[in-house]
Amino acid sequence: MDMNEIKEIFFQECEEQLAELESGLLKLNDGDRDPETVNAVFRAVHSIKGGAGAFGLEDLVAFAHVFETTLDCVRSNKLEPNQDVLKVMLKAADVLADLTNVARDGGTVDQARSRGLVKELEALAQGVMPSASSHHEAPAPAPAPKPVAAAAPVSPPAPSDESGFQPIPFTFDEFDGAEDVVAELPEYEISFKPRGALYAKGNDATLLLRDLSRLGEMTINCNMQTLPALQDLDSEGAYFSWKILIKTEKGEDAIRTVFEFAEWDCELEVKIAEETVDNGADEELPMIPVPFDLSSLDDEPAPAEEEHQATPASDVAAAVSAAETASNVTQLASTAARAEKREPPAAAAAAAANAAGANSALAAGQTIRVDLDRVDRLINLVGELVINQAMLSQSVVENDSNGTSSINMGLEELQQLTREIQDSVMAIRAQPVKPVFQRMSRIVREIADMTGKQIRLVTEGENTEVDKTVIDKLAEPLTHMIRNAVDHGVESPEKRVAIGKNPEGTVRLTAKHRSGRILIELADDGAGINRERVRQKAIENELIAADANLTDEEVDNLIFLPGFSTADKISDISGRGVGMDVVKRSIQALGGRINITSKPGHGSVFTMSLPLTLAVLDGMVVTVAGQTLVVPLTAIVETLQPEAAAIHSFGANHRLISIRNSFCPLIDVGRILNFRTTQANPVEGVALLVESEGGGQRALMVDAIQGQRQVVIKSLEANYTHVPGIAAATILGDGRVALILDVDAVVAASRGQVLKAEMSYAAAG
Amino acid sequence: MSQPLKAAAQGMRELIAFRIGDQEFCIDVMSVREIRGWTPATAIPYAPPYVLGVINLRGVVLPIMDLSARLGMRPSEPSVRHVIIVTQVRRHTVGLLVEAVSDILTINEEIIQPTPEISSELQKQFARGILSIDRRMICMIELETLFPDVESQAA
Repeated sequence: MDMNEIKEIFFQECEEQLAELESGLLKLNDGDRDPETVNAVFRAVHSIKGGAGAFGLEDLVAFAHVFETTLDCVRSNKLEPNQDVLKVMLKAADVLADLTNVARDGGTVDQARSRGLVKELEALAQGVMPSASSHHEAPAPAPAPKPVAAAAPVSPPAPSDESGFQPIPFTFDEFDGAEDVVAELPEYEISFKPRGALYAKGNDATLLLRDLSRLGEMTINCNMQTLPALQDLDSEGAYFSWKILIKTEKGEDAIRTVFEFAEWDCELEVKIAEETVDNGADEELPMIPVPFDLSSLDDEPAPAEEEHQATPASDVAAAVSAAETASNVTQLASTAARAEKREPPAAAAAAAANAAGANSALAAGQTIRVDLDRVDRLINLVGELVINQAMLSQSVVENDSNGTSSINMGLEELQQLTREIQDSVMAIRAQPVKPVFQRMSRIVREIADMTGKQIRLVTEGENTEVDKTVIDKLAEPLTHMIRNAVDHGVESPEKRVAIGKNPEGTVRLTAKHRSGRILIELADDGAGINRERVRQKAIENELIAADANLTDEEVDNLIFLPGFSTADKISDISGRGVGMDVVKRSIQALGGRINITSKPGHGSVFTMSLPLTLAVLDGMVVTVAGQTLVVPLTAIVETLQPEAAAIHSFGANHRLISIRNSFCPLIDVGRILNFRTTQANPVEGVALLVESEGGGQRALMVDAIQGQRQVVIKSLEANYTHVPGIAAATILGDGRVALILDVDAVVAASRGQVLKAEMSYAAAG
Repeated sequence: MSQPLKAAAQGMRELIAFRIGDQEFCIDVMSVREIRGWTPATAIPYAPPYVLGVINLRGVVLPIMDLSARLGMRPSEPSVRHVIIVTQVRRHTVGLLVEAVSDILTINEEIIQPTPEISSELQKQFARGILSIDRRMICMIELETLFPDVESQAA
């Protein structure tokens, strides 16, 4: 594995960390004050910083460091994560994402922006509240909430803060009184208790202690009490803990830095040492002589004494040698419990939080990264398997008319198995829509900033799963719609206040499963569609006749027509000539539908319904003029057997069918597709009532229904070209190709649009 | 080294010859993927007359072109005796319906003669040259001319 591959993995992980970071910040923004959320956010930035450091990505490290420092203030309750603080942090997360992208793909970042944010973050870390004036006219300088830090007992010699210093409940009174201590270098008491994971990750207590010894004069005590008898010893366990007294002027920070990369895998406590406390601590965790001679293990001078009167140097050596032995040992769970009980409450809480972190990491489930191509190949193969199995069943049925044999039973089982395999393989590709939704929150933030609007994005059902290909293609239309909603939908804060609305607009993005499809709703609480203007515009652009009588719904749906932009002024954000027709087309290309409902003054709701996968489709197999076609089941509302009395001629070539007293145009699929030249007799066929774009219903006439089945979608375009009226092809049980009907195109054709034979083959002939 | 590669190295070409009606044609063997029997094709709406439809080639949807009709001759009436030559033209796989494969020829480039100037537009459009082998006349077809705009369509 070369460096580039490792780097690639790092960037993949960065993406995950960034997503984690953003979702954490958003949770905090919603008022979540769970310390674990803060920890998760902190960990994300910390991991990015760590990785970036390893690859020498200076810009990224520098920014992540400042960000991390500020987050740490939140973690240690010195900074209240209120809305204003989080606004800065969310922006910082965006910049961090940009920096990561630049580090990977090259390019440049907005230096001024990142520098500005560095300043803002630093100001936050120093307890200066962000001025709310940057984006809002009304500064409303409420008495800036005092940083919590001020309330914490900070003693003069206590080194500052940047590390996750947990205020621990003991008083400094006596300590402050003792002049000699103030005069001397501050002495810290460190208790360091590694877990097995620390060694498993390649860290080494020896090296940590050696690093620590560089900070100043120190005395080390190793607690080997928990070391079990040799036969009970777990060779990969961690049994030793250390108590270190160190005199240093470098401060607690420097000490914590030594343990920076080990802190998740050990119990670490750093505090100012005090003679009396020291003794007490010794009593709490008695350092008794080890029951066997260490020298017999590693031929080094054993620490004969644990009471620290030996010279510091030899003590270090002794402890280090003990640590070397400890490298192979894990701690027993019971010792951890015991240790926690005796620790001061704050430290215990921190340890518990650490443990909780580890647990949640485990609970998140184990995943592997797989190249998408491999999954796709598997899906293709399974598709073949399904077809093959169907072909096999069919030929068995044909050749074995008495249908008794065990072959049939076996086949049935095979069918079940293949279906199960297919479902499982499809599930591999299913992904939650969360990443796309998260991207939207950034877009909302940026556009809200640009337009000076206050927008709150609420997402629901972000764990709804859908095929990866659908997700990938969803981002673009969704982005466009979100832009539209923020730019055109939601009013400016002043206007909102004037009409008695909350100055902050809400954009709600919801995903849910409904009858085998995914339903995505985008709702805003803005002005809604100005129907008069839409109508006017449509008449101006000659999209509708001036005297056209349209229902409200029809007017709303006019915005999906090509060349329609409702914005009065062309803004930088939307309305650059790319209208909702582009959105509609890309949704349709996914086999989806889009609709809008709008309530003037109360906002609009865009509803998109998309297939869960682009690889299979539930279809109704029908016969038309001797050809077998598949009609997507999702399009069919109902099927009916037309009676002669229900068919009415309408003009020269058209016929209507009356269904429950309403008339619906009857479309002969065979004619539309040019399979036959004369109209078929509707009474001999079956009518499929379909719902098409824009809500209109049509009755599609086919000759007969063969059945209903799931089919694997095959591209026609791969070797041929697009066929008008046909969406794709599939292979049926008899091994023959069947075409899948493009219901919307057929309905559009019935409205008078010509099915364009836009094909090279035809052009040549 | 495979046969065709060896041939190419010596300035030789391998061609696959087939029959349509009473005429013989050939194409470069390098573009042929496989040869298989005729199976009924599924008709495609709005297809030009020479596209018979699509068949299932091990899970791939393969369009079938009636080469006779494409070359401006009488449309074939496909039967079990017909064969489909599966060819690869640029990124597309297409089946050509012919009556029978007659020969595999290894020829020297030099014996390819230019097509005589006659008024048959189609012959001029598709033919790359003619060969005389054992007193037979074989017309060499440039495959890519059969699918004029495939590339621009895909792009």
